[in-house]
Amino acid sequence: MSFPLLTATAALPAVGAIATAAVPAARKRVAKWVALLFSVATLALAVAVLVRFDPDGERYQLTESHSWIRDFGVRYELGVDGIAAVLIALTALLLPFIIGAAWHDADDLEPTRPNRRWRPTQGFFAMMLAVEAMVVMSFAATDVFLFYVFFEAMLIPMYFLIGGFGDRAHAAGEEEAGKQRSYAAVKFLLYNLAGGLIMLAAVIGLFVVTSDQLGEGTYSLQQIVQARADGDFQLGTNTERLLFLGFFFAFAVKAPLWPLHTWLPNAMGESTAPVAVLITAVVDKVGTFAMLRFCLGLFPEASAWATPVVIVLALVSILYGALLAVGQRDMKRLIAYASISHFGFIVLGIFAMTSQGQSGATLYMVFHGVSTAALMLVAGFLISRRGSRLIADYGGVQKVAPVLAGTFLVGGLATLSLPGLAPFISEFLVLVGTFSRYPVAGIVATAGIILAALYVLLMYQRTMTGPVEKSVVREMPDLRPRELAVVAPLIALLIFFGVFPQSLTGIVNPAVEHTMSDVQKKDPKPDHPVADKGWFDYKPVDGHAGGDHK
Amino acid sequence: MESLIGLLVGFPLLGAAVLLCGGKRVDRTGHWLGVLLAGASFVVGAVLFLDMLGKNADERALHQHLFSWVPVESFQADVAFQLDQLSMTFVLLITGVGTLIHIYSVGYMEHDERRRRFFGYLNLFLAAMLLLVLADNYLLLYVGWEGVGLASYLLIGFWQHKPSAAVAAKKAFIVNRVGDAGLAIAIFLMFTTFGSFAFAPVLSNATEAGEGKLTAIGLMLLLAACGKSAQVPLQSWLGDAMEGPTPVSALIHAATMVTAGVYLITRSGAIFNAAPDAQTVVVVVGAVTLLYGAIVGCAKDDIKKALAGSTMSQIGYMVLAAGLGPIGYAFAIMHLVTHGFFKAGLFLGAGSVMHGMNDEVDMRRYGGLRKYMPVTFVTFGLGYLAIIGFPGLSGFFSKDQIIEAAFAKGGTQGWILGAVTLLGAAITAYYMTRVMLLTFFGEERWRQKTPSADAPSAEPAAEVHGEHGGPHPHESPRSMTIPMIVLAFGSVFAGGLFKVGDSFVHWLEPVTQFEHGHPPVSAAVVTGATVVTMLVGVGAAWLQYGRRPVPVVAPRGSLLTRAARRDLLQDDINHAVLVKPGEYLTRGLVYVDSKVVDGLVNGTAASFGGLSGRTRRLQNGFVRSYAVSMFGGAAVLVAATLLMRAV
Repeated sequence: MSFPLLTATAALPAVGAIATAAVPAARKRVAKWVALLFSVATLALAVAVLVRFDPDGERYQLTESHSWIRDFGVRYELGVDGIAAVLIALTALLLPFIIGAAWHDADDLEPTRPNRRWRPTQGFFAMMLAVEAMVVMSFAATDVFLFYVFFEAMLIPMYFLIGGFGDRAHAAGEEEAGKQRSYAAVKFLLYNLAGGLIMLAAVIGLFVVTSDQLGEGTYSLQQIVQARADGDFQLGTNTERLLFLGFFFAFAVKAPLWPLHTWLPNAMGESTAPVAVLITAVVDKVGTFAMLRFCLGLFPEASAWATPVVIVLALVSILYGALLAVGQRDMKRLIAYASISHFGFIVLGIFAMTSQGQSGATLYMVFHGVSTAALMLVAGFLISRRGSRLIADYGGVQKVAPVLAGTFLVGGLATLSLPGLAPFISEFLVLVGTFSRYPVAGIVATAGIILAALYVLLMYQRTMTGPVEKSVVREMPDLRPRELAVVAPLIALLIFFGVFPQSLTGIVNPAVEHTMSDVQKKDPKPDHPVADKGWFDYKPVDGHAGGDHK
Repeated sequence: MESLIGLLVGFPLLGAAVLLCGGKRVDRTGHWLGVLLAGASFVVGAVLFLDMLGKNADERALHQHLFSWVPVESFQADVAFQLDQLSMTFVLLITGVGTLIHIYSVGYMEHDERRRRFFGYLNLFLAAMLLLVLADNYLLLYVGWEGVGLASYLLIGFWQHKPSAAVAAKKAFIVNRVGDAGLAIAIFLMFTTFGSFAFAPVLSNATEAGEGKLTAIGLMLLLAACGKSAQVPLQSWLGDAMEGPTPVSALIHAATMVTAGVYLITRSGAIFNAAPDAQTVVVVVGAVTLLYGAIVGCAKDDIKKALAGSTMSQIGYMVLAAGLGPIGYAFAIMHLVTHGFFKAGLFLGAGSVMHGMNDEVDMRRYGGLRKYMPVTFVTFGLGYLAIIGFPGLSGFFSKDQIIEAAFAKGGTQGWILGAVTLLGAAITAYYMTRVMLLTFFGEERWRQKTPSADAPSAEPAAEVHGEHGGPHPHESPRSMTIPMIVLAFGSVFAGGLFKVGDSFVHWLEPVTQFEHGHPPVSAAVVTGATVVTMLVGVGAAWLQYGRRPVPVVAPRGSLLTRAARRDLLQDDINHAVLVKPGEYLTRGLVYVDSKVVDGLVNGTAASFGGLSGRTRRLQNGFVRSYAVSMFGGAAVLVAATLLMRAV
């Protein structure tokens, strides 16, 4: 048996979490370094996953399969396709930066006197690693039940990260901040628990129908998809639709899709910036990923049935999220609403059911993760300097801290999908993929790019330009080396993938092809296809019909 | 030779990267590095041009494929360049005029502590514009297209500490984004129609698609062009863009940015040729903008804003010509090039005047400056004669050709368009003569001590200069005057050179095609009419501003004058139609989101799960019991299902 690379990638951060938590109370610096070290080691394993993955090979690779709960047909089955592989890489990539950015976030929770039992720093970083472990497991699991367990379990550390370690910058003081924080944490938990509960019913339902039809209940994605392809497994229309809805609801809460989005601005606003990045860039991606892997893979007909509604919800998310972002006064909530708009794009791309849409959606998950991390972490650095999240409390920062302003601008430009930066590629693919099947939806979604420019540049204008506000201390320090070390690589990645997205499309495209065949959809053909003859073979039909050159 | 094409973009891009990331280390030499790399790009362009001249007209196009950029199934985008006669023309204009503006900026921005960054942005601007004209497909063009938008955003808002500059920069970007959305949709349409968006396959097969599709693509391309080229209805950003340093205005108005729309329409000629309805709209947009800009230009007292109105109007001429099809493309580009010379010269001249006048921009506070800045006066004067179409100078040839082509459109349309272009020529002569008289002739009004008008100077560089008291007009340093002199040569001779043996038309013909237009009256009559209307405009301006003393504070003026001073109410209209309702919408949605959506979802959840959605109770430690009850519910569900199976 070969080395269980996926298990290792998920287990390493889990071990790291335990190791971090075990560091003695007085050694908080050690705890931070242990956490960082483990996250970097996990990144190395994730890179190994990418390297070992053969885009032209089997659909699921690096597979592991063991029996787990035999009575319920639950197996410990792991495997990645191109989509899961790049998302695992994204997760592992972001964690070191999140930890680096959060370096001092738990410091002021430290008790004044050493206390054996209260170790906030250790807890904070341990829980981040725990979340990473569970997210990696969710991406790698090809057993529905196994996925469900980790999908739900990650709520617990997330709940504590939001509620226990939140942003202490609040206009109405520390006490109000505490209240808002626990409200946000509870809201996060309840929304996601409610989604999870409905999903659980569907998960059990899936077991019931598989045991009915296959003789033996199973949660194995590969087995079910295979049986469906062979005609051994057919769901009644209504059963399939109900099960689809059960799964989709949970994913739509997590993604989040309008109108189930209202927990996100609270959660991202009240938690510290690095935790907000963990939520939107990492944890939420499990929701959109699961739509692609489970909703489309298990219930293709119901997915097609639900498509019109989902497309409309996605469009509403795009425009609604963007308009709400324009209206925000708190910069973290603004970024949260921007994320809602971006999740709309991802869902749109998935349900457009075209190669461009789904490849675009997958890349969107990756690039949105990187760009939001860049923007949000710089916003966090800014907030930590002034102790306020309100946009109105800033102004003229550019004059005082030009590097901070510059990185903030690049993060913002990535958020508005400027060509040359990575998110442009994914957004354009989603739009063109949507347009080729649903032209009207494609045009409506395109309006989102205008609104994106509005909310990003408004925020930049109000915080960074103009005369230096009194509240912005003239001596506000520019980015420190640690902060620059966090942001600069993210910006470099945004540029790299903006120019060479090929490095990812090669991995993602074959997986998307499989998904497309799951749902039995083909890309719409152009009306007047032109054979791409290459530039040199091109000759105008006659002297006047051509008209571009020669 | 092909492998050199990438260097055209590469040099200025390298400059931008070094200057923007280099930090303080490159502060001292940075501006010269910027000049050097812009110049290097020009040299490469010149080498390629000479090489091109040595080949047959049909074999001049070069192609360089760098790498596959975004490959997803049938969606194939490459990073590949195409250099043909049309691109070549732009390359020389962009790098040539661009380099001159770089040199000028060395002196102009001497006292600005952020000069290095300024040159980084200038280099970025050139790189983006060159990418735009060299791309061999619409998606790569789109990168340059938005790159130009970014560079203009950075440069218009260069003096960020001024709120007005920051607002103007944001406005330019957002208005342009509306146009960009048009370009995006045009690319979607091309992809669904042809399965490709590269120039060669799309344009050579354009006629195969239905006219409806082509009209849609054409209109979307026009929307994009309206954004970049400041055509009605997306013109509102151009006047405010004067918040940037003056060399930026020269760059935006002459060599880059506003010319992009004309390029896009001309490049996509094959699509427009097969979509007459789209062409009609192009022509109308051009004609309306031509008059709009001219009227605005007449009313502005700010020298840069008067020139900005003029740019809008001149680009209107080009768009109109491009809308005429093969009888107009070559003339649109020819006017674009000559305009590039004289408008760059005029803006640099305006900057030179401001430089010597404590950054005063109000022409009513100028007067009689010809004695104090002779070089500026002569070069600006030649640019003036060129733009009004004085016989023999550049603008005369290119504008006259457009007017002829407009008449040649034929029928009533032809007469209307011809009349509009003639009227535009008269108004151009009027407002440019006004600028000339107010600035260089008449009383020396800057000696009068009057309380400063409400409009503050657009150039905060005055603070940096630290000069106080009355202005002491003086000629600008050599680094600023030499570019002006070079541009003046272009303003005088370029048009004539292009006209000799119709060399410019023949040069472009393989790319844009050319048909001789036949105006309903003889060409000589049209030319005569052009000269006469021009003289009428000059005369009218002289009667109003040359013979009579000019008040330092503007008179109230007629209703039209007042409207024109407010840019024909463009901002008021946008504000009332878009901004205000938009604000109400977002404010309303913020309320709806926190009260209605949140409440509904919480309420639904509460009624389903027997949970309370009320905030107050949520915070009271009931969480654990909710969680427990949820997991309890789940357990019940599991049990029930298992039981069902057992039965």
